[in-house]
Amino acid sequence: MSVAVPSRGLPWTLAIPKPSAMPGFGITFGFALTYLSLIVLIPLAVLVARASGLGFDGIWRVATTPRVLAALEVSFVTSALAALVNAVFGMIVAWVLTRYRFPGRQVLDAAVDLPFALPTAVAGIALAALYAPNGWIGALFQPWGIRIAYTPLGIFIALVFIGLPFVVRTVQPVLQDFDREIEEASATLGATRRQTFLRVVLPALSPALLTGIALAFARAVGEYGSVIFIAGNMPFKSEIAPLLIVAKLEEYDYAGASAIATVMLAISFAALLAINLLQALSRRRLGDA
Amino acid sequence: MLRLVAGLEIPTGGRLLFDGEDATHLPVRERRVGFVFQHYALFKHFDVADNIAYGLRVRPRRSRPSSTEIRRRVAELLELVQLSGLARRLPAQLSGGQRQRVALARALAVEPRVLLLDEPFGALDAQVRRDLRRWLRDLHDRTGHTTLFVTHDQEEALELADRVAILSKGRIEQIGTPDEVLDQPATAFVAGFIGEAVRLPVELAERTLRIGEQAIVIEHGLPAGAAALFIRPSDLTLAEPIGRNLLTGTVVSVRRRGPARRVELSLGDGLPTVEIELSAGRTARKGQAVHLRLLTPRLFPS
Repeated sequence: MSVAVPSRGLPWTLAIPKPSAMPGFGITFGFALTYLSLIVLIPLAVLVARASGLGFDGIWRVATTPRVLAALEVSFVTSALAALVNAVFGMIVAWVLTRYRFPGRQVLDAAVDLPFALPTAVAGIALAALYAPNGWIGALFQPWGIRIAYTPLGIFIALVFIGLPFVVRTVQPVLQDFDREIEEASATLGATRRQTFLRVVLPALSPALLTGIALAFARAVGEYGSVIFIAGNMPFKSEIAPLLIVAKLEEYDYAGASAIATVMLAISFAALLAINLLQALSRRRLGDA
Repeated sequence: MLRLVAGLEIPTGGRLLFDGEDATHLPVRERRVGFVFQHYALFKHFDVADNIAYGLRVRPRRSRPSSTEIRRRVAELLELVQLSGLARRLPAQLSGGQRQRVALARALAVEPRVLLLDEPFGALDAQVRRDLRRWLRDLHDRTGHTTLFVTHDQEEALELADRVAILSKGRIEQIGTPDEVLDQPATAFVAGFIGEAVRLPVELAERTLRIGEQAIVIEHGLPAGAAALFIRPSDLTLAEPIGRNLLTGTVVSVRRRGPARRVELSLGDGLPTVEIELSAGRTARKGQAVHLRLLTPRLFPS
């Protein structure tokens, strides 16, 4: 037995694990790799191959046309904002669901998953109807001159809707397991509820919270169905990148479509990698890396 | 009860006084209690020093000590709990005994008015428990914090405490020094709980005590009728079969226990077996009949 002392080095290692009392590395690693290749890596490679017909210059030219740039900006900025908003509200929902017992809790708990289950187009149509200037909620904002549907605000609302379950479902189990005594210890030491939450609870939740944010963000970037119904899809204002891809496909411009897709892929991958690294760091702070 | 004193639970009635000051409705964080939990409840993402400093760092700016002062206090407390070299370790890298000492230092950092220990050694193995118990007593004598220590281990309670309170079903049965609760148990519950006592159903008549088929003459001062006799291992001795007022018993089993030998005896069919202690030099055979003298009759009406 060796004592695990987290090194300050890199969080990963390239060494092949030594044989252990729990064998199975060979077969599980092989299976995981095959599976990932078939389902994820090969399709992505084909995508890049398609785009590479244009060459790096070609991709760059397609990606930097003003309309594509504007769409990419709309996609990634609203997705990031929606993921952050979900982080806050998702955590509150998870908190309420785990900490309190009230009538209807089970129903609420089940309702959290609905955005998972609903065909996204249905969600989009429902949201568009609600937030349209003559819809129930849209009408409330109309007198203030705020338009929600058919603006980037509408996209944002659709993305919040579809991303919420990711944060709730990742944070909930961690919160469930969180030892109440640790909060009580903090209170007896003189901390306010706010201090307890910020200094003790939040750091413990942060790895799960980051996972939730990453998932919600990734989902939001790729979302198409619900957004196109509420976005209005005006070029340079409320047009998302996936819509542009579909538009290119409809014009049989496969290379152009895959060029935009490749750029999205690269940005998403960089963002998720960054979140994962952040997560590895915060997990190591908890001493269970 | 500790949770009531700490303010983690709300009492259904009564008042809570700290030095005569009413603290019944004081919120937890204003009570200045030091609470040590059975399962440590350390902050996993803070190292040892940050854990100890926590109570000082969360104070409002007005009463918060400077960061040099906090560092000094932490070093002092680390010294006190003998963990000076481990300030930068995370709780996951410490043993159970070390973690509990960190928890204690963390509780002491806020200069509590009362220190509350909730079975602090419950999750530790016997050797560590014994060492920590001695160390805690020593620490208490040096720092003089009023300390409330909850345990299910009566040996621990009797060894550590100046005053022991015995609780049963949420009520205090007796409060007293270890000597008082051992020598003059106030209720049948205490008599049965403390000192490995065995409860025997007995019948009392005037100056007579009847245990199963046997009877001896004693002065008891209780009304006649059914009663409970509590027998500890030290209450019975082997006697030569001369003289009167002896009980006879049959040896059921003999076990070695620490420096002495334990002999389990039956005083009659259907009665619980009682135990006596013999020095390791003597022994008894299984099935042997022995004569016994009852030294201390602990009788309670039942």
